[in-house]
Amino acid sequence: MSIAQETMARDDPYRISLGGRYMGLPGAVLAERSLASKRVISAYGFWIFLLSDIIMFSAFFAAYAVLSGETAGGPSGKQLFNLTSVALQTGCLLLSSFACGVASIGARARENFMYYVGMTATALLGAAFLFLELRDFTSMIAQGAGPTRSAFLSSFFALVGCHGLHVTLGLLWLLTMMAQVFAKGYRADIMRRLLCFALFWHTLDIIWVGIFTVVYLMGVAV
Amino acid sequence: MSDTEIDLRHGSDFAPGDQQTDGHEIAEGIRSYLIGLGLATLITVVAFYISGTSLVWQPSIPIALIVLAIAQMGVHIVFFLHITTGPESYNNVLALAFGVLIVFLLVVGSLWIMTHLNHNMMPMERIMQMQR
Repeated sequence: MSIAQETMARDDPYRISLGGRYMGLPGAVLAERSLASKRVISAYGFWIFLLSDIIMFSAFFAAYAVLSGETAGGPSGKQLFNLTSVALQTGCLLLSSFACGVASIGARARENFMYYVGMTATALLGAAFLFLELRDFTSMIAQGAGPTRSAFLSSFFALVGCHGLHVTLGLLWLLTMMAQVFAKGYRADIMRRLLCFALFWHTLDIIWVGIFTVVYLMGVAV
Repeated sequence: MSDTEIDLRHGSDFAPGDQQTDGHEIAEGIRSYLIGLGLATLITVVAFYISGTSLVWQPSIPIALIVLAIAQMGVHIVFFLHITTGPESYNNVLALAFGVLIVFLLVVGSLWIMTHLNHNMMPMERIMQMQR
């Protein structure tokens, strides 16, 4: 029996997750197929939340795109951005997304070592990302290019800062998930939370792709 | 395995983010993440290289960067989020498509309106003079 089937047998012993798509089947079988499993429902609900979060970010992106030229005589992105640091941040976040995937595989296979090492790597790389980002922010503010300097910088700090805040909250969630697995084991409800966390963390990386392209690379190229 | 069991497996919805593997979970799972990591790294390196190069026609750079970003987001969605095109993932793809539509309307609409507004507005110095 594969792990997916095993998870299903435990989470959904009556196989009620299997949709209402087979109208020709006997009533007893149909009755068992009317509801999706809790795992599918919570992950789908969380997916809807993430999409609405992405829509919120798109509003910040739109504001940045409109205001990126309005420097009010202050420094422009080309003068401020440090692409080496941005490349390092990108690498950290990409590798931490990968480590998070390894941790999810470890949790599903009940491999303790793989899970904890994956989660620790995810946390350390996420923290490294945040450290580099905050270092860039403080050096910009020290140069007098804080969020109050111009409309461009306000929208820059709003967009990139909002992503940084998401990463910070994600780190707290990550540590909570490590503690929960440690204390309660790979229970069905913990596994659902873990799936939602992995979705959240991968989505943050997708948003970062938008940020490093639109804000940093296009800001330096144009 | 009987027909009913095959039907059962194909009739279920997938949760977004749930990886579908048959046997060899760990090796197969890690292989998928490694492919994703490799593709994403490749696209990122190309994007960073292109942004600083003078080898290509300069006005094409922003468009190339946007295309690369969309490609990389696609790689992340397929290999990290495991949103596939199979019928089990139909609801997830539909939600994603709606999200993408709204994002597109929001970003393109804002840019469209604001460039027209800027174009039609009096220059800032004139407004300041009139307020005096």
